[in-house]
Amino acid sequence: MLKVTNLRKVYGSGDTATEAVADVSFEVDKGEFVCIVGPSGAGKTTLLKTMSGLMAPTSGEVEIAGQKVSGPPEQMALVFQDYSRSLYPWMKVGDNVAFPLRRKKISKSERKDIVEHAVESVGLASSIDKYPWQLSGGMQQRVAIARGLAYQPEVLLMDEPFASVDAQTRADLEDLVLNVRHEYGVTVLFVTHDIDESVYMGDRVVILSGRPSRVKEVLEVDLPRPRDQVETKELPEFAHLRAHVYRAIKGAQDPSEAVSTDAADEPRTQRAEPGAERVAG
Amino acid sequence: MSRRATLAAVEIAVPVVVIAAIWFWSAGSDVYYYPPLSDVLKTFKDTWLFDRVGSDVIPSLIRLFFGYFIAVGVGVAGGIALGMSPVLRRVAAPIVEFLRAIPAPALLPFALLVLGVGNDSKIFVIAFVCLWPVLLNAVDGVAGVDPTLVDTGRVYRIPASDRLRYVVLPAAAPQIFAGMRTSLSLALILMVISEMVASSNGIGYFVLQSQRSFAIPEMWSGIILLGLLGYVFNAGFLLVERRVLAWYRGSRAGAE
Repeated sequence: MLKVTNLRKVYGSGDTATEAVADVSFEVDKGEFVCIVGPSGAGKTTLLKTMSGLMAPTSGEVEIAGQKVSGPPEQMALVFQDYSRSLYPWMKVGDNVAFPLRRKKISKSERKDIVEHAVESVGLASSIDKYPWQLSGGMQQRVAIARGLAYQPEVLLMDEPFASVDAQTRADLEDLVLNVRHEYGVTVLFVTHDIDESVYMGDRVVILSGRPSRVKEVLEVDLPRPRDQVETKELPEFAHLRAHVYRAIKGAQDPSEAVSTDAADEPRTQRAEPGAERVAG
Repeated sequence: MSRRATLAAVEIAVPVVVIAAIWFWSAGSDVYYYPPLSDVLKTFKDTWLFDRVGSDVIPSLIRLFFGYFIAVGVGVAGGIALGMSPVLRRVAAPIVEFLRAIPAPALLPFALLVLGVGNDSKIFVIAFVCLWPVLLNAVDGVAGVDPTLVDTGRVYRIPASDRLRYVVLPAAAPQIFAGMRTSLSLALILMVISEMVASSNGIGYFVLQSQRSFAIPEMWSGIILLGLLGYVFNAGFLLVERRVLAWYRGSRAGAE
């Protein structure tokens, strides 16, 4: 469904060039729920922006349903991390959800049904005529999810969607996404920096190294579905998997992180070598 | 009485007290330049209700609004173009800064020469002055639109024309309105100035003409009318702004 091949993204050029994504390849099958987890500042958002066609990669390519991505593809929707800057404050909830459907060739009543259904499935039927800023943060992110669903994409990308809501809301939203994903039969690629979340949500977890990002490991998550906030997280397998991801990320962060964040050019090349070995081995 | 009611009462009481004070202070006035307010108001009634409305007020308002709305149209369109293109913005910056720095009344002689003493030259000068606040605010507003808002539109494949109309323009609207409000008061000022330089009608012309013919109460009545017009324009503008930008006020209140 979604195929990322040797994706690389460098910002700027010459001396000031910074490499955000070094080399990332992975695949997502139809109907799968894949999480991308990596340390903060690992270039996850850059990765998502190139995958969604908002930004051209420096090299490598992204394919969706067999077609190369050169701009935002029709089969893809994206839920941004910052709902307060992604929802349009001058549109009511229903209008926000309906906005991407403007140019789809469907009748008015059909559009209305789609919008109502999407808003209903995120539990906001009674708020359809409110403005986003009249809602709590968690509810606003529900609106953004409803908008993504109403667009009826084959792939739903989510960029740390629950990073700015409180823990309880977060758990609710996690379960909401797992539910609507079944209802809509959508493939989900979910980016997060939260290790527990990645294991809890995903069928597979793609573990990224620190900046510039590479794929450190792809982990199968064999936990039974439906997942449950209490029961799933009680399982010894869950604890085992999250520990595994945790170690992988810690390992990814240690030497290479120190190299990539600061220091002038000379010591950088010297110190980069053991880090490079580590990644290769 | 609630705090709000008290405030409203004071808000009304103060002007009433001021007017009463002027009334009594000027009542026995025999200073030629400060005729009694009662005389001025009587003249006001005789002149502006509605004797000279057709001959002076309407021509003035036509100039003002034509000039103003031309400026708003050009300013918003130009602001969008410059706001969306950093290159264009850079290239245009010196020209904009220079034109903006020209005191508009200095252009009046030129305008009279080229466009004649009719409405065109006055509309030109009003539009020229009103353009800059609208343009510069629109540029800032459009350039400062949150990239996430635009990216959201792009991800959902909203065509560029729709993104402009439904995303960029509303997002920049608060700043555009700020510029439009500044321009509205400038429009009134330039209307008066342009009518004082070369005109055969209009409120500005009337004020100057009254002064020259020593019709002091008439002069004052024209000044009062101009003040009232400015007040009404601003109040009307705020009313429209409050409606159009209701979402903005709401979202700001929520954020605080």
